[in-house]
Formats: sequence, C-alpha cells, structure tokens
Amino acid sequence: MSLKIVVLAKQVPDTRNVGKDAMTAEGTVNRAALPAIFNPEDLNALEQALRLKEQNPGSTVGILTMGPPRAGEIIRQGLYRGADTGWLLTDRKFAGADSLATSYALATAIKKIGDVDIVLGGRQAIDGDTAQVGPQVAQKLGLNQVTYAEEVIKVEDGKATIRRQIDGGVETVVAPLPVVITVNGSAAPVRPCNAKLTMKYKYATCPMERTGKEPWKELYESRPYLTLNQWSVADVDGDEAQCGLSGSPTKVKAVQNIVFQAKETKTITDSDADVDGLIKELLDEKIIG
Amino acid sequence: MKNVFVYCEIERTTVQEVSQELLTKGRKLANQLGVELHAVVAGTDIKGKVEDQILPYGVDKLFVFDGEGLFPYTSAPHTDIMVNLFKEEDPQIALMGATVIGRDLGPRVSSSLTSGLTADCTQLEIGDYEDKKAGKKYDNILYQIRPAFGGNIVATIVNPDHRPQMATVRSGVMQKAIYDGKAKGEVVYPEVGKYVSEMSYAVKVIDRHVEAAKNNLKGAAIVVAGGYGVGSKENFDLLFQLAKELHAEVGASRAAVDAGWVENDRQVGQTGVTVHPKVYIACGISGQIQHIAGMQDAGIIISINNDPDAPINQIADYVINGTVGEVVPKLIKYYKQNSK
Repeated sequence: MSLKIVVLAKQVPDTRNVGKDAMTAEGTVNRAALPAIFNPEDLNALEQALRLKEQNPGSTVGILTMGPPRAGEIIRQGLYRGADTGWLLTDRKFAGADSLATSYALATAIKKIGDVDIVLGGRQAIDGDTAQVGPQVAQKLGLNQVTYAEEVIKVEDGKATIRRQIDGGVETVVAPLPVVITVNGSAAPVRPCNAKLTMKYKYATCPMERTGKEPWKELYESRPYLTLNQWSVADVDGDEAQCGLSGSPTKVKAVQNIVFQAKETKTITDSDADVDGLIKELLDEKIIG
Repeated sequence: MKNVFVYCEIERTTVQEVSQELLTKGRKLANQLGVELHAVVAGTDIKGKVEDQILPYGVDKLFVFDGEGLFPYTSAPHTDIMVNLFKEEDPQIALMGATVIGRDLGPRVSSSLTSGLTADCTQLEIGDYEDKKAGKKYDNILYQIRPAFGGNIVATIVNPDHRPQMATVRSGVMQKAIYDGKAKGEVVYPEVGKYVSEMSYAVKVIDRHVEAAKNNLKGAAIVVAGGYGVGSKENFDLLFQLAKELHAEVGASRAAVDAGWVENDRQVGQTGVTVHPKVYIACGISGQIQHIAGMQDAGIIISINNDPDAPINQIADYVINGTVGEVVPKLIKYYKQNSK
C-alpha cells in the first residue's frame, strides 16, 4: 500500500560541540556561536521514512519543521535525500513554546496535511533531550505511539511491525496505522544527499527566507517546486492561546551557569615519579585497595 | 486530594529500583507539603507480589491495577490508568522514572491533562515562585531542576498553573531508603476495565528480550571513565585493563559513546547512569555539566587530562596533567608494583 509519511524534524544548535565562547558572561547561551544542524535522531527518522517509501511504491515523504525562516534548510536537507515535500511552521506566535505547545502546533499542522499514515520523528532533540514531543503529538492526534524505535521492519495490512529498544533489551511490536514512531540514534544512519536532487532543490526556499534580490529569482516563477510551504498559526487554524509561550505550562524560573564547587586540588605531572607517588598515597590512605 | 503520586514501574513482578528511589523522594516531598504519598502500579498477575516492594518506602495508599494486557507495558492502557486516576485523585505532584517506559508514558499523560512535564530532573525541591508579569505568587510549588542545552546550563522549571506538576528522574539520581516514619499503607485494587478502554490494547508486543544489566556501574565503588580525550577504541581498552586491576567498572562520557568506543549502557551523566562511587577516575573527560551531573557525588575524583583548563579539574581532588595513552599504563604499572 502507498503511505503518506510525515517526518518531524528540528533545526537545533549543535550542543555536542560547545566551545568556550558558547556561554556569555551572564551565563546565557550564545546561540550565534553554535552552528545550526539537523537534529541527529531526526535524520535517523528520515532514513526510516525513505526506506518505507522505497518498500511501498507510491508513498510520499514530507518534512514538517517549526522554527525561524532559516529552518527551511531542514526541508532542503530532506529534499536532497529523497523527500517529496515539506512544511515550515514559522510565526512569532509559535515562539517560546515548551514541548506541549510545540506538540500542539505540530499536531495541528499534521491535521491540516491530512490523511497521514505514519508520523516519524527522532526520539529527542539534542538541545532539550526531553523526548516528549513525539508522544505528545500522538496523544493530541489520538494515535498510537511507538517510541525508541530502531527499525520499522515492515508495513502490511494496515499495521507496522517495529523493533524498539527497551531498558535492558529489545522488543518487537505491531501497531495499527496511523501511528507515531520516534526513532533512536541506534537506528540506521541517514543516507547521503543525492547529487541530482541537490542540484534540483538547491534554490528551494520558503518565501520568508528570500530577500527578493536573488539572481535566480525568476526561477521561482517557472519552477513552483522551488517554493516551500510556509505556514503561520492562522494557516493551520491554530488556537493562539495554545501556541508558544502562552500555551506552555512549564515556565523557566531560573537559569544558572554552572558554578563548580572548587575543591582543593592536587596537581601532578605525568612523570613516573609523580604517578608512582600518587598510587602510593591512594593506597596509604586506603582510597584504593 | 493534592497528594504526591509515584508511578511504579515493573518488570513482570519486580518493582524497578528507580521507582523505589522516587518513593523515597516522594515521601520527603509529601512530608514537606503535609500531604500523603500515593503509588500506582499496573501489570498482569501482580496482586500479592508487588505490594511488599512498594509499601515499605512510606506509601500511604497504593493503587494496584492487575489485568490482562498490562504487561508487557504498552503506552495506551497505562496512559488511560494514569489519566483517569489523576482525574479522580487530582494530585499536585506526579513522579516517574526517566526510563524508556517513563519517558514514553509521562509525555502522553501530561499531554492528556495539559499539565507540564520536566524530563530528567536531577533535583526536586519545594519553594515559592513569583510571576512578576502577572503579579501572582505561588507557595510551595515543585522546583524541577535539570541541566539544559546539552548540559551547559542548569534550569529550574516550574508549572505554576497546571496540576499535576510532573517530573521524570533517572535511575540512581535519588537514593532509596526504607521509611522509618509512619505511613498508612492502604492498598486498593481498582477494576481495570473502568479505567482502560478496550481500544487501548491495539498495540501488541509480539517478541521481547530483556537481559539483566551487563555491568554494575550504578553500584560500583570505583569507576574508571573515559571521554573524547581517550582518543581511540584501542586506548579505551587501557581503561578496561586499569578497571580490572582496581576491581572497578568502566564508565564513559556521551562523547566517547557517540564516537562508538564503548557501549551506551556505560554512559555516565544526565542522560546516562548516575554513579556514587568512592573513587571516580576521569580519563580525558572535559567535564560538561551533562556528565558532571552524573558523577559529582563521587568521594574522590581523579582527573587525567592534557588540558589544564578542563572544567572537570575544578571539582577534582587530583589532577594528572597528561594524555590518557601515557598516564593510564603508568597507573597500571605502579598499582601492580605497590599493591603487592
């Protein structure tokens, strides 16, 4: 059967490679110092989606992302690898959302897209590590959910067979469609960008990403596929009260830079004498046996 | 009403340690707030087998849901139980493990109830909150404290207007202890069918393999842990050799796990295991907060790093300036020489 698949993807600051300039003196995050990347586990989810598309002729894969206009890059990265379309949810009213308000926005967009068989997303995003958005989207849509998936083995007779990680092991579950699946980083890595598709979609942008001065701007007239879908709260018939900061039950009371409780530290070199001395000291004081 | 609830996770008829740790924490919070501690457990054929693993931690009332299809865990039936029970009981705080189950169940429940949920908390405290913009003050609410932004900052999260205030906590972050005070210890066995819709059993588990933990990282007296500075899988073998000599367990930072040098069940930190060893030997670990959150209670911290400015050095008792490849073989050599 042909499947309509939506991949939830997020553009995130690369928190894995945080340099010293990533934090300001006031202890807030200097986002400008961190490169914006495709959330790693969302790439694992994209790969599962593309495999399902290949296994089920006639299927389509669309990338749904929420963020500022520059997050259009996430959709392009999907198109370069074989996705068919994408939607960027962008509106100041979406800003400041916690996981619940984010889920509301995504769920509303998925309803607008309509007739979706499978929603795939990464288990969690590296800037929050909450793993909450997938299950919350599922709940808001009244769909079944399977989290921590490592492989969508097959889709047959309206049911997906999925292998997933559990604490201390693995299990295989069968879930009727439509279903929301979140994918673990231990799943297959994403395929590289396809050269032809990269050429084709290189100039694909959302209207808000454009300056109007692009040398190739007449292409937007002749090639409609270069204009990516861009949706506001109103475009998805969203309730403003449930979006962004106002739709977020959790509030940040305080953010602190980490202050280590400095200890009296004994520093030694890597010379034989120093290491030998340390071992003797640790043994004498029965710190090690 | 307005009590503290803990969701108890089970493997067949064994209550998971993380749930007992949360019961101990929940008891303290309940005492501070002057309310009761309630617990929920759901499974198949568990009546008479799980109560003794839960009540001693100071539970005033335990809800045991025993029915077909509740084990192995699937999202929807357990969500139905929690959501419908919470609608009746109106708890002010609900805690669950930041395990695969808790992180599957928590968001689903919080979304159903439109209540806030904070994942992977490292501290839970009671305090006051003032919303200056709205001019509102809140007494005795739950501070949900967690590293954020890849562990570069620590955020205190509150849910001022929504109940329950929900939080997940990783295994090993809290310490379990049998409660020595008085608790009511009442047990009830509600009828599962009144809480779970038949439709909710749609997802079926057809195959399942669970193994006991392969390492004893959580309970180890000495941990030898490696980070990105270890440099290679070969160098990581040195850590295993040192650990063998010291009768220690090997841990790792997230960077070392991401590099594929060591299995992810050895990851120490906010999104891994929290350890409380007597000695923690950090090899080539820079010391992101994410990692520190999982090992800062270690008795003695020894840092081996060729970057004298590595943040972890600030909390270390001993710092050895050098590379892992140079220093670890020397540690092994001189330990062998001196311990005999």
